[in-house]
Amino acid sequence: MLENFVLPDLYPAAPELFLITMAMVLIFVDLAFGKTRRWVVGLLTVASLFGAAVITVLTADGQTTLTFSNLFVDDLLADFLKILTYISVIMVIIYGRGYLAERGLDKGEYYLLVLFATIGMMVLISAASFVTLYLGLELLSLSLYALVAIDRDSSRSTEAAMKYFVLGSLASGLLLYGMSMLYGATGTLEINGVAQAVNQMQTPKTILVFGLVFTVAGIAFKLGLAPFHMWIPDVYHGAPTPVTLLIGSAPKFAAFALAMRLLVYGLLGLALEWQTMLLIMAIVSIGLGNLAAVAQTNLKRMLAYSAISHMGFMVLGLASGILTLPANPYVAISAYGAALYYMFAYVLMSMGAFGMILLLSRKDHEAENLEDFKGLNQRSPWFAAVMLILMFSMAGIPFFIGFFAKFSVLLTLIYAGHTVIAVVAVMFSLIGAFYYLRVVKLMYFDPPLDTAPLRSSLDMRILLSGTGVAVAWLGIFPDSVMLLSHEVMKSLIG
Amino acid sequence: MEMTSLYLLVPLAPLGGAILAGLFGKAIGRTGAHTVTILGVAVAFIASLVIYFDVQAGHHYNGPVYTWLQSGGLKFEVGFLIDPLTVMMMLVVTFVSLMVHVFTIGYMADDPGYQRFFSYIALFTFSMLMLVMSNNFVQLFFGWEAVGLVSYLLIGFWYKRPTAIFANLKAFLVNRVGDFGFLLGIGLIAAYAGTLDYHEVFAMRLDLAATTEVATGWSLITAICICLFIGAMGKSAQVPLHVWLPDSMEGPTPISALIHAATMVTAGIFMVTRMSPLFELSDTALSFVLVIGSVTALFMGFLGIIQNDIKRVVAYSTLSQLGYMTVALGVSAYSVAVFHLMTHAFFKALLFLGAGSVIMGCHHNQDIRYMGGLRKYMPITWITSLLGSLALIGFPFFSGFYSKDSIIEAVHASHIPGAGFAYLAVILGVFVTAFYSFRMYFLVFHGTERFDQLPHDDHHAAHDDHGHHSAKPHESPWVVTLPLVMLAIPSVLIGFFTISPMLFGDWFGESVVIDAIKHPGMEELAHEFHGPVAMALHGVMSLPFLLAMSGVALSWFFYLKRPDIPEAIKQRFMPIYTLLENKYYFDKFNDFFFAGGARLIGGGLWKAGDQVVIDGVMVNGSARVVGWISGLVRLFQTGHIYQYAFSMIIGVFSLLMFALFWTSGT
Repeated sequence: MLENFVLPDLYPAAPELFLITMAMVLIFVDLAFGKTRRWVVGLLTVASLFGAAVITVLTADGQTTLTFSNLFVDDLLADFLKILTYISVIMVIIYGRGYLAERGLDKGEYYLLVLFATIGMMVLISAASFVTLYLGLELLSLSLYALVAIDRDSSRSTEAAMKYFVLGSLASGLLLYGMSMLYGATGTLEINGVAQAVNQMQTPKTILVFGLVFTVAGIAFKLGLAPFHMWIPDVYHGAPTPVTLLIGSAPKFAAFALAMRLLVYGLLGLALEWQTMLLIMAIVSIGLGNLAAVAQTNLKRMLAYSAISHMGFMVLGLASGILTLPANPYVAISAYGAALYYMFAYVLMSMGAFGMILLLSRKDHEAENLEDFKGLNQRSPWFAAVMLILMFSMAGIPFFIGFFAKFSVLLTLIYAGHTVIAVVAVMFSLIGAFYYLRVVKLMYFDPPLDTAPLRSSLDMRILLSGTGVAVAWLGIFPDSVMLLSHEVMKSLIG
Repeated sequence: MEMTSLYLLVPLAPLGGAILAGLFGKAIGRTGAHTVTILGVAVAFIASLVIYFDVQAGHHYNGPVYTWLQSGGLKFEVGFLIDPLTVMMMLVVTFVSLMVHVFTIGYMADDPGYQRFFSYIALFTFSMLMLVMSNNFVQLFFGWEAVGLVSYLLIGFWYKRPTAIFANLKAFLVNRVGDFGFLLGIGLIAAYAGTLDYHEVFAMRLDLAATTEVATGWSLITAICICLFIGAMGKSAQVPLHVWLPDSMEGPTPISALIHAATMVTAGIFMVTRMSPLFELSDTALSFVLVIGSVTALFMGFLGIIQNDIKRVVAYSTLSQLGYMTVALGVSAYSVAVFHLMTHAFFKALLFLGAGSVIMGCHHNQDIRYMGGLRKYMPITWITSLLGSLALIGFPFFSGFYSKDSIIEAVHASHIPGAGFAYLAVILGVFVTAFYSFRMYFLVFHGTERFDQLPHDDHHAAHDDHGHHSAKPHESPWVVTLPLVMLAIPSVLIGFFTISPMLFGDWFGESVVIDAIKHPGMEELAHEFHGPVAMALHGVMSLPFLLAMSGVALSWFFYLKRPDIPEAIKQRFMPIYTLLENKYYFDKFNDFFFAGGARLIGGGLWKAGDQVVIDGVMVNGSARVVGWISGLVRLFQTGHIYQYAFSMIIGVFSLLMFALFWTSGT
């Protein structure tokens, strides 16, 4: 058999291969320096991610290339999402550095697990077959389970990790079960093949619908849509804040890729079915997320519920791309483009918000309760202003990026004829504005409980300020990223 | 340098100054604040000059700079339209603004809000430039609202004075009324033309003219033009939306000169001129414009006669002059309107700054009854104010003569409905203008010195930082007198040098569209025009000149020769005096009818709607419901892993049931 072996085209997978190599190198670097000079490991991780970013940019040619016997795909969507992933992970590492170092958690394992999680996301993003998809998902998930429990002595963290693990396994099981049914119905594991097979069937077979439901459930778990959202508040709350920041940021892009690859690529023929399912889950998520967030006193939990509602909003975009089959490219591009734009906006805002928690936290104090933000304006007017921008943007107040994200999703939703759903979504956003504005009120109108000056590293301050400025800037000039998202979708749907 | 980047530089330079002075005012200090803003405006002025020569060389520009947003088929762009009309406005705005900036150094020297003030006026310059340079309605509206905002901020600049707060609120509310009409006009254009770009709209103007508005059956173009003009009425203070302008004098004098005399209030005139292709198609709208303008021109002039506050006299004269410009628009003499806009910007800014200089000299007393004989103490202010007044009353060879006489001639030549009344109004207005202008001039600069009779009430003490009441008036420092001299030059000369190209040459080219067959007035004017010298010589023997001279003579007789006569007249014609004193009861009516009515309705709605329905049922009710539900959701979030798993299973099950029975059923 060996004489038949042809070396696959490694070029499209160059960033993944590079990062895997670097992960191996890091293990040894950690052995050498882990005890004495921990910063070397962190620095090398960031450098590896930069390297991967450079490779991704250099190898990006806008073409769709399949490799590894059609298991792996490199296209514009993959490149775009990967670059966003690198940026998010780099930011996570910089934000979390001080927090972890103060608690003695900045061990080599942390960086390695983050790197492996990143590789998992990349594989997931580039998956062209159910096998690769599942492989990437598991690599990502297992790394995250371990990361949540990285503070082994904290019972809250280990409990959260346990919940995440059990529920995540259940979700993986559902997804796997759904994929196996799709395989049974279509006879192939390749996403392109599945798509063709689905299109050739006259009416959707019951088995396809079965497979679809389980697949959708798996995706919904990853995105955190109700009723598959239960893990989110507990895990966000229980995990150390830098890990929460990681879970809340880069994997969202991977989950977006998961939805795009499975539903839009593979099961477009069943779009009318899955769109309705997504719409229902989206509206339940928006309602539940916003209502539950009102009652929270813990900022991390509040942001967790807010994440649920934001994901619901994003999914509204995914669910309004197809009016009739065959798809109208213009509608599909603007709907999926809006969803991608929303995802980008959400991750940017959520990184800023968790970053603020990290900024206020100290060795002996977790600034994760709402009251920790009281009177922030007196302690640091600039960072109070940054938090104000982030909260306004999350609430969807013009002119911040969050407004345009909501606006573009609502436009496509209305175009798809779901005016009632759009109105309901806006009503719930209105309720949501309450808890965002409450944070602003606490910052500006309440006396501070804690008057200690903020202590944090310069790089973090710069990054956090940059996030705030970006949220405001992209709200005034929203077109750049919006056009980019549309461009990416155009290259896919064409 | 690339021309488009030069175009961008013009508004952005003042904006940069405004940001630096506004956000970092403390850090850069007073000197820093006025340096950066003056530098910004000076750069804008020089760039405008360069653009002016470029435009004269025949290079026009119309294009987008940045696409902000695309929604439906409508594009929201930042774009520039650079043509002779624009570049003339740019020069006027930047020049007057620059002079006012320099003047402010002296006028606001002791004010604690020094940096804030500079930041605001630089911001104003930016907004006004965005307005005049726009090539589309969105940006026009942006500039329109932005200048309104800055005007609001500046009227209430001394925010501790209740009268200032009242005045800026009033300006804001009255402008809302106008802006509502303006927005309706833009909305109609967007709805029927499907675009907001000037040239694309103008290209469709004949189609628009042939359309009738669906819901009402009105002629669409008339509806559009009247709506747009209502916007202009608010901004350019035409009756009955003029009530905010006299009160706006609560703001510091430099902004009265810049915003409420020279530039912002003329935005309406500019806008209608820019829209001349549309207005030309509707005689109804033009007649409406004409009548409103002539009422403003005449009746606001009357009010100037009885005012005792030096700034209010100038304010009413501004109202009256804005009326003149509007009249010119009404008779399709757009170029004349803009010509008067330009000359007026110079001489009115001069008069206002002169008034400011007088106020400084008199230690922040503004009452002309307690001035007199100032010419000895303030020679530069005296001479420049005299020049400004002569320009205002239209003395031959002065710039105001050329523009005002052209307006009168244009009205005379027009035949559209209302022109007869308008002619009467503008010709009578000449007499009134001369009378109140020289009444003020004589009371301030001539006659007996009365500044030591000023009653020492605390009314003006609030903003009197000098604290030496008894001192004699003094001439102002050079930063104040230099702008006066610089403004006096164009006030005297610019009419003479620019009338030929602007009115009768092809300077405006295609910026101004006139339907010469229906409105032949301008052509008749051109026919009779034989150069500026001939026009001035002819002017000496014309009716307006005689009326102006008799106005001056009468005011001299009344206020210098026989000061007892005005008092006697006042006693004899008490009802008329009371009418004028109460400004035709516009304010009383507004207070009673609109403000009172609104309060009545508001009170009713508040009790029935707000307290019961909204507060009771909706706010508290929904808050209670939200609280209850979120408590319920919390209850589900038990922390027990089996319940979480169970809810996932339930979720899959429901989705499955839904997919199998619901979707396959349809």
